[in-house]
Amino acid sequence: MANVFSNIGEWVNERAPGMMPMYRAHMTEYYAPKNFNLWYYFGSLALLVLVNQIVTGIFLTMNYTPSAAGAFDSVQYIMRDVEWGWLIRYMHSTGASLFFVVVFLHMFRGLMYGSYKKPRELVWLLGMLIFLALMAEAFMGYVLPWGNMSFWGAKVIISLFGTLPYIGGGLEQWIMGDFLPGDATLNRFFALHVIALPLVLLLLVVLHIAALHEVGSNNPDGVEIKKGPKGNRWDALKPADGIPLHPYYTVKDLVGVGFFLLIAAFIIFFAPTFGGWFLEHDNAIPANNLLTPPEIKPVWYFTPFYAIVRMIPSFLGSAVWGVLAMFSAIAVLFAMPWLDRGKVKSIRYRGTGYKVALTVFVLSFFGLGAVGAGITAEVIPAWFGNVDLTFWENLFGRLMTLLYFGFFVFLWAYTYFGWETTKPVPDRVTTHD
Amino acid sequence: MANEVVDHGRRRFLTATTAVVGGIGVVSAAVPFIKSWEPSARAKAAGAPVTQSLKKIEKGQQLIVAWRSLPVFIVNRTPAQLAQLPKEDPLLVDPKSEVEQQPKYAQNETRSIKPEWLVMVGICTHLGCVPDFYGEIKPEPFDPNWKGGYYCPCHHSRYDIAGRVYKNVPAPKNMQVPPYHFVDDTTVQIGVDPKEAG
Repeated sequence: MANVFSNIGEWVNERAPGMMPMYRAHMTEYYAPKNFNLWYYFGSLALLVLVNQIVTGIFLTMNYTPSAAGAFDSVQYIMRDVEWGWLIRYMHSTGASLFFVVVFLHMFRGLMYGSYKKPRELVWLLGMLIFLALMAEAFMGYVLPWGNMSFWGAKVIISLFGTLPYIGGGLEQWIMGDFLPGDATLNRFFALHVIALPLVLLLLVVLHIAALHEVGSNNPDGVEIKKGPKGNRWDALKPADGIPLHPYYTVKDLVGVGFFLLIAAFIIFFAPTFGGWFLEHDNAIPANNLLTPPEIKPVWYFTPFYAIVRMIPSFLGSAVWGVLAMFSAIAVLFAMPWLDRGKVKSIRYRGTGYKVALTVFVLSFFGLGAVGAGITAEVIPAWFGNVDLTFWENLFGRLMTLLYFGFFVFLWAYTYFGWETTKPVPDRVTTHD
Repeated sequence: MANEVVDHGRRRFLTATTAVVGGIGVVSAAVPFIKSWEPSARAKAAGAPVTQSLKKIEKGQQLIVAWRSLPVFIVNRTPAQLAQLPKEDPLLVDPKSEVEQQPKYAQNETRSIKPEWLVMVGICTHLGCVPDFYGEIKPEPFDPNWKGGYYCPCHHSRYDIAGRVYKNVPAPKNMQVPPYHFVDDTTVQIGVDPKEAG
């Protein structure tokens, strides 16, 4: 009996001989740098949240009605009548916000340690495509409960395409399938949210990881372990500073998973709406096409980009400029591997200019978020009394927009003209034995 | 066969034509799927004209009616509001309503058939929100010198009481005036031009 399992294993191996080598190449014999720190949790956590979204999403579709007449009530039905429905929905809605927390941190890690640089440009590009798909997925998911914020969010985002010259109006109607968001819009967003985009996301994640495992992971020192000395405890030909992903990093990531789930559970059980940040109050009102909510704002993860749209006034009779600025705020990130000409990867060995610029960039992102979320609209009158709110908010928001884009311009000039003075990069990761 | 000379030109031509024909096939096959996203016949048919009595709208009040599921603002403007309109001209993007956002019969200072009655599609020309009605000429939190008009909650665009957009806001154009006509002194029909109604 003892060899029943090994017999099965042999039986499978004879018929699919590629499976074990693939497992080894990506798990037990994938050598990752041994000096990963806290910042390296977020990739695996993003994968965890993706699985959570898919599993809870499948169970939500079982009770959700994708129609303008039935959607809002079916969500209430899930929340009140379906056994544990509230938990499944809160896991999904909290998961959506935490997805962005994790992905933003993951991207910041990439910027900080230069993980977008040669030879990992493709990893970065695929990651950016994942980010785009994720934003589309989140937007369409937000429309599905068909609350008033869902409706007006859909209206505003779809109208972004309507600002394009000539084709705009037709394109807008084509996306909505009606003259206003309605049944047709909701149904197609449902189809895209539960089938099309998850498939795209999964494919991109596989490609992202495949591209990463081809070139190998970066690390906090920004040192290529493949170029360093060879020979570790497991393989004489593999990098001396690498350790197998499994079991070493799978076990490390489990610690991160435990900590992350603790935070997630706290939010799900004690603050599922997160004070209106994860689930907005106005979305507890059914969609009303004649009444825009008094304080319309997107969910927090879109606020920085939304603020950019708001800060750019229209000129030449078109509102397209704000929309173009918003899309370029994302597009410019795609170009990072080519904008940054610096040879040194990690922030540990880069010039002061880079450190300052990255800090300012992050602050501008938060600043734009504050404008988009309406925090400045509350803070300015509270701190400075009876001043011209619009003037000061626009001034602040435009400054933040300038700093956001300024980061990329500065980074290019800083590295292109050789103004950066870097520290010497060590030959091996700093924590090798 | 093995000794025959390969005709590379012929091979390239065949490869290219096969690719082109296949490409045309893919594009043609995509057309029905793309067209399926257009407004359906049912959605197009739902655009009938709307008739509304004006009897109960007091001076300075606004009524919102739905036409093609769009909000239509009907405002009974006061003499003070009407007197303010020409004074706003220097602050506006398009004071003379030169951009075609209204029928010819509404291309005037008040953007209406009868000066006091404003009939307008209440959709911000920026990104399609419904602007809020701040009709009174009095200081508002967003503007201490407010002269009455519309303020959009989404991206803070402003319009005067004729739906003409102010300068330095995200919205590019004046709000749209729909085709409409007066059936009698106190009834308006939205969706039909005066000449069509005959």
